[in-house]
Amino acid sequence: MKIRTIGRHVREGVKNLGRNGWMTFASISAVMITLLILGVFLLLAMNVNYVAQTIEKQVEIRVFLDVLADKPAIDQVESQIRAIPQVESIKFVSKEEGLKQFKESLGEKAYLFEGLEKENPLPDSFVVRTKLPQDTAAVAKQIQRLQYVSGVNYGAGTVEKLFAITSTVRNVGIVFIVGLAFTAMFLIANTIKLTIVARRREIEIMKLVGATNWFIRWPFFVEGLLMGVTGALVPIILLSVSYYYLLDAMKSNITLTIFKLLPLFPLVYQVALALIVIGAFIGIWGSLVSVRRFLRV
Amino acid sequence: MIEMFDVWKTYPNGTNALKGINIRIEKGEFVYVVGPSGAGKSTFIKLMYREEKPTKGQIFLGGFNVSRIKERQIPIVRRSIGVVFQDFKLLPTLTVYENVAFAMEVIEAPPKLIKPRVMDVLGLVKLKHKAKMLPSELSGGEQQRVALARALVNNPGIVIADEPTGNLDPETSWEIMKLFEEINQRGTTVVMATHNREIVNTMRKRVIAIEAGQIVRDEQRGEYGYED
Repeated sequence: MKIRTIGRHVREGVKNLGRNGWMTFASISAVMITLLILGVFLLLAMNVNYVAQTIEKQVEIRVFLDVLADKPAIDQVESQIRAIPQVESIKFVSKEEGLKQFKESLGEKAYLFEGLEKENPLPDSFVVRTKLPQDTAAVAKQIQRLQYVSGVNYGAGTVEKLFAITSTVRNVGIVFIVGLAFTAMFLIANTIKLTIVARRREIEIMKLVGATNWFIRWPFFVEGLLMGVTGALVPIILLSVSYYYLLDAMKSNITLTIFKLLPLFPLVYQVALALIVIGAFIGIWGSLVSVRRFLRV
Repeated sequence: MIEMFDVWKTYPNGTNALKGINIRIEKGEFVYVVGPSGAGKSTFIKLMYREEKPTKGQIFLGGFNVSRIKERQIPIVRRSIGVVFQDFKLLPTLTVYENVAFAMEVIEAPPKLIKPRVMDVLGLVKLKHKAKMLPSELSGGEQQRVALARALVNNPGIVIADEPTGNLDPETSWEIMKLFEEINQRGTTVVMATHNREIVNTMRKRVIAIEAGQIVRDEQRGEYGYED
């Protein structure tokens, strides 16, 4: 294809947007609304995922060691835990450290336990984290069977429930997003098809005077691309601004600070990129699918 | 030159539009195709510019075997043919100039050549002064002249016309016919399907009559031969 022709196709595509003003408006509106809904869900899903991840990361296994375990025994347990493939990290917490952490967690009331240093009732322990939070229960059970391990604590029951909830939220989010993306594609393909029906004559004449199929397709390609990308811009701006104010509002509201949302950047870039790509894809796909029927003259 | 050998056309609904057509049209000829409605005239015309494919038989047109070419080559064949229709088929949103230039842009003609050539053919159909008007601002005869200019702008060897005067009053029809005659005298082959008795009987040319899908008459300087 000659460069001059590329210029012509782009010009034609842009001109056609103006010529079919109302149809263009309808198509872009359809893209805008669907991408806005899609964007809201995308933000929601990404944040739910983020919150779930932060909660999941806090899940750890506390391994209490037998009071009788001496230094070589402790080392042996450590290397055994390390050998479990799902384990990501292991940290030794001596009984002195354990007490210190315990007292710190009590804050002002720590004086109640003053003098316990001599008669420390806490055992030595390990803090174990797994690579995947979902493996926690299985790894905990495995550790429990080891020699010199007197007990294991990982919040049995609660953790399982949490994982059940987070995975449901994630799956529902994915289903919603995929469903909406398909709805948007068919909606847009249909709207563009209407604009092409109105231009059947033009295509017919182009074929009659000897235009090649790709010569006819290119302006529609440009047009679909422009409609998709334009349709993505408004939702991107709307979503970024509202998300900025949402973060602001949550910062000033103390009861909500426990939920940490994803920061504005790079989240808005990611969402913007996703919406532009999806918008461009459905625009191009919609117009090329629609023009196909009319090329068989 | 156009040649057809034992051409049959059966539509998917079972209609036998053409039944064994054999014809030879020389370069530079002027041919009327006449016959009652539904006799197969339009199919005969459509086969030439490959809007329809024959069910059986061979069609040769300007060095191409039109019945055998691939989908991809159709545009190449069409560039050697100009087509004119009863309903003009102009683009309503483009001006007269743009409508004609469109045919050149579409085949990627060099832009430098487009303007002089378009003004040239507009001069031929005497519409230079209305180049900037929209089709809706023109009379029927003027619109058909624009369509004719568009058909001619790429210098085709053959012009095919399907009822070009069907929508026009007698006086305007004659203007259009004079243009066709002029084009023919410059060496372009003209094949025209028509119902216009007066024109066929006055401007005597070769007449091919099609009835029920077969050629029933083929005479030089023939008559229309039907009562309307």
